[in-house]
Amino acid sequence: MGDGPPSLWEWIGRNWDTGRAGSIKDLLIDHLTMSLVPILFALIVALPLGLACVRWRWLYQPASGLMNIVYALPSLPVFMLLISVTGLSQTTVIIPLAFYGVAVLLPAVVGGLDSVPDHVRQSAVAMGFSPLRRLLAVELPIAVPVVLAGLRVVAVSSISLVSVGALIGQGGLGGLFTRAYQNPFMPPVIVGIVLIVLLALIADGLLVLAQRVLTPWVRVRKGVAS
Amino acid sequence: MITFDAVTKRFPDGTVAVDDLTMEAPTGEITVLVGPSGCGKTTSLRMINRMIDASEGQILLDGVPVQSIDPPTLRRGIGYVIQQAGLFPHRKIVDNIATVPHLLGWDRKKARDRAMELLERVGLDPELAGRYPFQLSGGQQQRVGVARALAADPPVLLMDEPFSAVDPVVRTSLQEELLRLQDELNKTIVFVTHDIDEAIKLGDRVAVLRVGGRLAQLAAPKTLLSEPSDDFVREFLGHDRGIRRLQFVSTEGLRLRTDLTVRDAAGGSSEEPWRLVVDEQGGPVGWISWSRPDELEPFGSFLYGRDSMRSALDAALLSPSGCSVAVDDEGKVVGVATREALDEALAEAADG
Amino acid sequence: MNWLTSFFVWMGEFFGNGANWSGPGGIPMRLLEHLEFSALALLLAVLLAVPLGLAIGHTGRGEVLIVVSANLARALPTLGLLVMFVLLLGTASIWPVIIPLVLLSVPPILVNTFEGIKGVDPELRDAAYGMGLRGGQVLGRVLVPVALPLILLGCRLSAIQVVATTTVAAYTGLGGLGRYVIDGFATKDYASVVGGSVLIVLFALVVQLLFALAQRVTVSPGVSQRVNVR
Ligand SMILES: Nc1ncnc2c1ncn2[C@@H]1O[C@H](COP(=O)(O)OP(=O)(O)OP(=O)(O)O)[C@@H](O)[C@H]1O
Ligand SMILES: [Mg+2]
Repeated sequence: MGDGPPSLWEWIGRNWDTGRAGSIKDLLIDHLTMSLVPILFALIVALPLGLACVRWRWLYQPASGLMNIVYALPSLPVFMLLISVTGLSQTTVIIPLAFYGVAVLLPAVVGGLDSVPDHVRQSAVAMGFSPLRRLLAVELPIAVPVVLAGLRVVAVSSISLVSVGALIGQGGLGGLFTRAYQNPFMPPVIVGIVLIVLLALIADGLLVLAQRVLTPWVRVRKGVAS
Repeated sequence: MITFDAVTKRFPDGTVAVDDLTMEAPTGEITVLVGPSGCGKTTSLRMINRMIDASEGQILLDGVPVQSIDPPTLRRGIGYVIQQAGLFPHRKIVDNIATVPHLLGWDRKKARDRAMELLERVGLDPELAGRYPFQLSGGQQQRVGVARALAADPPVLLMDEPFSAVDPVVRTSLQEELLRLQDELNKTIVFVTHDIDEAIKLGDRVAVLRVGGRLAQLAAPKTLLSEPSDDFVREFLGHDRGIRRLQFVSTEGLRLRTDLTVRDAAGGSSEEPWRLVVDEQGGPVGWISWSRPDELEPFGSFLYGRDSMRSALDAALLSPSGCSVAVDDEGKVVGVATREALDEALAEAADG
Repeated sequence: MNWLTSFFVWMGEFFGNGANWSGPGGIPMRLLEHLEFSALALLLAVLLAVPLGLAIGHTGRGEVLIVVSANLARALPTLGLLVMFVLLLGTASIWPVIIPLVLLSVPPILVNTFEGIKGVDPELRDAAYGMGLRGGQVLGRVLVPVALPLILLGCRLSAIQVVATTTVAAYTGLGGLGRYVIDGFATKDYASVVGGSVLIVLFALVVQLLFALAQRVTVSPGVSQRVNVR
């Protein structure tokens, strides 16, 4: 190799798996962990919360108001404030992302359940479904497309937001950006952006696929949600 | 007058919605377009105000081809009422009604006064002026839709199934309101419906269209009922066409008997099984029979000369006597139409 | 409750320090900078995205642009984009930072404006044309007022995004409140980090509040259905 800066492909080859911390492969794995955990958390929290909001209407106004506020909080200062509680760990990045996820998913769950036509609900009642059976067999399946649309937004934004964590040393692939900035050099930036966008597209594609499988009766809508 | 001159509409996908339509909608009359779903009623209507442009032929408005007029200008001179009223949700009722006057540059006060006047004209409480459309019932919204179309006093009114989204009771009252308004205003109205009863009730002339956009028959409702041009029209008119035709037969010539009215149960000839008891003012009270002299039986009445034979027959069927009572505008009994008299009139109607 | 006490200690240190209240690095100055950069980026984004969204929604042409921009914008990492622009264009002016800021805030406005216009009941559009409104009048007098809640939602989401990204942009040398956080973190000055973070959070909440108020004032009660007159 000469003395000049390495080309993009060279750089990738040299840094993919160095065996030391901070190789691209390591960062990729970190990135996946830090984005997948919040997505799962959001789903696990937002589903029952959404059900509760539909069951007890008065709950929705304050819950969604609170979530609106949570959603408006910029990530970096929230990471910073959390450092004194959870330290410079992945948890510090995961917690805020999980809450953003809930903020996006809650309206989707409520909207999805609201999208169940009243006549469908009524006829399920008339056929003698118990409330729980009705929920599982009728209402949730109908709500799936709207919920999944929300989940797609959560997945894509979580994956891209993780990179901000790099500013506190926990950003997965975002680490490539800080590295590139401190030691001005373009290839890591390109690799970081491309990998993150790719991850996002793959996650999005998987969720679209999931929707096809779960709700064969709905044609997949174009990927535009608020 | 609106003239369709060999008008054809072919959509880009090849659908022929209207096929070689030639007809006239005379000034000051209600012309109804009726026919099964998809037969091209809406398309025909919308070609008049150029919401859709004809592919062939032309439409003339008082002799002027609509194609020669700039669409917005044309539309400001034509009232347009659609099914869901299409009110602007962000504007108060009064501002909704004043839309076209505003467009035409009327001053604020004049437009507002006009809107308030129309609100009452269409039978709405002026209190509603400050409300927003979502605060009104469907029937009220539809009335506002009519008021809005009338705001700039256009000579022509296009109505596309304006009353089909409201319940039957409200629909009936809206229909009557329209006829009352038309009595005062004498607009040239083209009215689209798929309900033949509505067509017959409202139309001065009814155009029946068949699928494919061809005119099957254009005639006054009475002619339509008595002389449908073919099987399609006959079927479309439905089964009780004969009964409905009586709506257009006047009771004017109906032979009445005046010797059957009595002031009390004991009066009248003993030959007659039924006598009609009237009160001091001459209004009908009830029928009485010799077999049950203590009991008044129900009666049915019709406005002599004004109501149709259908009402007269209906009135006869409401009473055990089988006769119907003819009254005048003040509710005084003019006479009694017996079964024989009704029979004669029906035989006459069946002939011509 | 160790972290809670240290939180208050740091807060006291930061806000109690008189030096933090004046001069080029003082709170008022930084606040103004943050406001300036956010407002500039948001304004440019609105000027770009609203007309474009209106045009696409009204004419129905170029919808692909909407789908692509909506999905891509969410997937693009802000920090990566900022670093890329700065490496490409240098740091001589604020523009290498403002450009990605604008790029990232265009999509929410674009998508929501488009959806708002497109979602207007076709009957309503029809009625408007039928009464003789011209294309521009239909857009301006009917479609925009009816779509306003969504257009404003787009602007609000964008504003949230801009405030957050302006903070991150301090990393690449932009002024504003983010400086306290970034610089403080680098020098282990935790009073500065905590104080700055609290300021940014408050700033973001005030921006939210302003948008909520703007919504109340500009959206017709007939559209929000929030009246109970008579
Ligand atoms: N824009 C269009 N492109 C293609 N075909 C159309 C279009 N608009 C209407 N059509 C077709 O033209 C025919 C007539 O439509 P039109 O709306 O005039 O019917 P209609 O008589 O008003 O029916 P309905 O009673 O259901 O309102 C139908 O077959 C319809 O599918
Ligand atoms: Mg129609």
